[in-house]
Amino acid sequence: MSSVAISKKTGFGATLWDYLTTVDHKKLGNMYFFAGLLFFAIAGFEALLIRIQLMVPNNDFVSAGLFNELLTMHGTTMLFLAATPLLFGFMNAIVPLQIGARDVAFPFLNSLGFWLFFLGALFLHLSFFMGGAPDAGWTSYASLSLYSPGHGIDFYVLGLQISGAGTLISGINFIVTIITMRAPGMTFMRMPLFTWTTLISSALILFAFPPLTVGLFFMLVDRMFGANFFDHTMGGNTIIWEHLFWIFGHPEVYILVLPAFGLFSEIIPVFARKRLFGYSSMVFATILIGFLGFMVWAHHMFTTGLGPTANAIFAVATMAIAVPTGMKVFNWILTIWGGSIKVTVPMIYALGFIPSFVAGGVTGVMQATAPLDYQLHDSYFIVAHFHYVIVGGIVTAIFGATHFYWPIMFNRVLNEKLGYIVFWVFFIGFHLTFFLQHFLGLMGMPRRVFTYQADQGWDLYNFISSIGAIMMGIGVILLVVNMLLSIKGKPVNQRDYWGDGRSLEWALVTPVPFYNFKQTPLIRGYDPYWIEKHEGNKEGMTYAEPLGDIHMPHGSILPLIMSIGMFIAAFGALYHPDGVSWSVPVIILGIGITVACMILRSFKDDLGYHVHKEEIIALEEELYGKGGNK
Amino acid sequence: MGHDTHVQEKSVAQYEFNRKKNAVEMRKQVVNFAIMILFTFIAFAVVVADFSPYFIKPVILLLAGVQVALQLYAFMHMGEKKAPFIGVINTFVWLGAVIAFTFFLCFLTIIWW
Repeated sequence: MSSVAISKKTGFGATLWDYLTTVDHKKLGNMYFFAGLLFFAIAGFEALLIRIQLMVPNNDFVSAGLFNELLTMHGTTMLFLAATPLLFGFMNAIVPLQIGARDVAFPFLNSLGFWLFFLGALFLHLSFFMGGAPDAGWTSYASLSLYSPGHGIDFYVLGLQISGAGTLISGINFIVTIITMRAPGMTFMRMPLFTWTTLISSALILFAFPPLTVGLFFMLVDRMFGANFFDHTMGGNTIIWEHLFWIFGHPEVYILVLPAFGLFSEIIPVFARKRLFGYSSMVFATILIGFLGFMVWAHHMFTTGLGPTANAIFAVATMAIAVPTGMKVFNWILTIWGGSIKVTVPMIYALGFIPSFVAGGVTGVMQATAPLDYQLHDSYFIVAHFHYVIVGGIVTAIFGATHFYWPIMFNRVLNEKLGYIVFWVFFIGFHLTFFLQHFLGLMGMPRRVFTYQADQGWDLYNFISSIGAIMMGIGVILLVVNMLLSIKGKPVNQRDYWGDGRSLEWALVTPVPFYNFKQTPLIRGYDPYWIEKHEGNKEGMTYAEPLGDIHMPHGSILPLIMSIGMFIAAFGALYHPDGVSWSVPVIILGIGITVACMILRSFKDDLGYHVHKEEIIALEEELYGKGGNK
Repeated sequence: MGHDTHVQEKSVAQYEFNRKKNAVEMRKQVVNFAIMILFTFIAFAVVVADFSPYFIKPVILLLAGVQVALQLYAFMHMGEKKAPFIGVINTFVWLGAVIAFTFFLCFLTIIWW
C-alpha cells in the first residue's frame, strides 16, 4: 500500500519504485515541482551566461553560435519545461484537495503526462551533448530553423512534441477532474479561484496545444522527411509556422499566468483576512481572458505585413484584454483594502507582484498599438515587457506559493527570515535587470544580439542589468537552500498552518494521507473551511457520507515505459535525415514499445482496490494519535 | 466513492438489453472508423493517381466535410442529448468551433490571399 503520509523505513529501491509507478496526485505534484525546479535552475544558469556575455561591450565570453543556443534554450526551457511543470506541481498538489476529491479523474494519465513531459525535456537537453542545442530562438521561425545546420532544431521539434503531448494529457485530466469530481455542494460558483484558473488554463491547453502539435509535425516532416510546408521555393509558406506557433504561443502565456493569478487569489484573502473581493467578477474575468487570449495571436506579427485591417483588428482585441486583467488587479487591491493585513513571505510576494505585473501590462498595451510596435519590435523593450509579465507575474506566484503551500506539500515550513531575504534580493535584482532594459530598447538595442559596440549609451545599463541578474541567481540559490534546510525542520502536523486558511485544503491535517479525505466533505458555501471554522466545527469540515471503504487506483510502471518508447523513437527520427540504416527500425521499435503498452493496458482490466474501514482508522491513529483526525 | 459500496443486481432483461446495446454501439464505432480510414485512403489515392486538380480539390474537400461530421457525431457523441454535464460538454465543443473558425478565417484572409 502506497502512502505519502507515513515515514516508515523503506529501502531506497522500494522508494524509487514507488515514485516510478505512483499515480498519486500529491507525489506527482512533488515530482512536477522538483523536475520544474531542476529545469528552472538550468534555464536560470543559461540566463546568467547570457547576462555575463552582455555585461560589457565587445565581450567574447561565449561565441555567437553558443549565445544563440543559450538564448533559445533559456526561452524554451523556461516556458515549456520550468514554468509549466512548476504550476502543474501546484495544480496536482492542491486542486484535488480544494475540490474535495480523492485523486484526479485519470490517475494513470496523470503519471503518463508527467513522464512524457520529463522524457521530452530530457531529450531536448541531450542536444547540448549531442552536437549542439537548437539555435533559432524559442519561437523557432521556419525561415531560420529550416536552414539551421546540425540536429539542434530536430531536438527542439521532437522534444517539444513529446513533452507537449504530456502537457495536453495533463490538461485534459484537470478539466475532467474539476468538472466531474467536485465534492457534494461544491458548485461551479463556489470553487476556489485557483481551481477556476486551473480549469480555464487547462481548457486553453486543450485548444492551444493541437496547433503547436500540427506546426511541430509540419516542421518535423519538413526537416526530417523532406516535405515543403514552410519552403516558399516549393510552394510552401513560411508565415504558416508563425501563425501556428503564435496561435499556440499567445494562449500559452495565459496558460501560465492564469494559474499564477489563481495562486495570488488564494494568498491575498488569507493574509488580508477578508473574503476575496468580487469573486464572481474574478471568475468571469478569468474566462474572458482565456477566450480573448485566442483572438490576439497576430499581435506578435504586426511587422510581418499582415496589412492595416488585420493589424487594427488584432490591436483592438489585444487592448481589450487589459479590461478583464484590470478588473482582477482592482479586485486584489480591494481585497487588501480595509483588511487586517498580516505580512508574511507569501503576502509580500503578492504585494510585490501587483505593481510589477501592472508595469508589464502597461508596456503590453503600448506594444498593442500597432504603429508604435513597428518601433518597439525586436528591441530590448519587448524583452523587458515579457520578463516583467513572466517574472513579475508567474515567478513571484511560484515563489510565493512555494512558501504558502510548503506545509501542505511537505509537512514542513520554509524559514521566514530567509524567505524575506530571498524576496528582497530577488525582487530588487529583478527590477535592476529588466527595468533598464525598457530604456535600452528605446535607445535602439535589438534583442537576440550576442554583443554590441561600446559608447552607444548602452554600456552602463547593460552592466547594471547583469548585476541584477546575478542578484536573481543568488535569490534562487538561497530559496533552494531554504528548501534544503526545511528537511531538518519540525513537522507541522496540524491543519491550517497560516491560521487564516479559507478553502478546503487547509481543513486537512498534514501530513495528508494518500486518500486525502477519509470521508468526502460537504461544501456549504464559498470558502468552506472558513465557514466551518466560524461555526466552531473542530473537525474543519462537515462530512457528506459515513466512514466507509475507499476506492483507490493501483500504481503502474506502464506510463514510464510508454514514455521511454517515445523517447527511443525520437532518436530514430532525429538521425533519419543523416541516412543511417538503423533510423526506421529504431522508430518502429520505440513506437512499438508504446503501442504494446497501450494494448497491454486495454486488455488488462485494472479496477483498483479498496482501502477498508479498519485500515483507514488504523492509519489515522498512526498519523494523528488516538481518535484519528479529530 | 467512499460509501459502503452498494451493489445493485441487474435483472436478466436489463443485462441482455445492455449487452445488445453495447454490441450495436461497438459495431457503429468500428464501421465509422473503417469509413474514416477509407476516406483518407481515397484522398491519398486521387492525389497519387494524378487526376486533374479540378477533380481532386472538390473530392478532397467533400471527403473532409464528411469526416468532420463523422468525427463530431460518431466519435465525439455530439448527437447525444442526455449525458452527465452535457451543458459543459456542449459549451466546450462550441467554443472550440468558434476558436477554430477564427483560425480558418485567418488562414483564408491574411495568409493565402
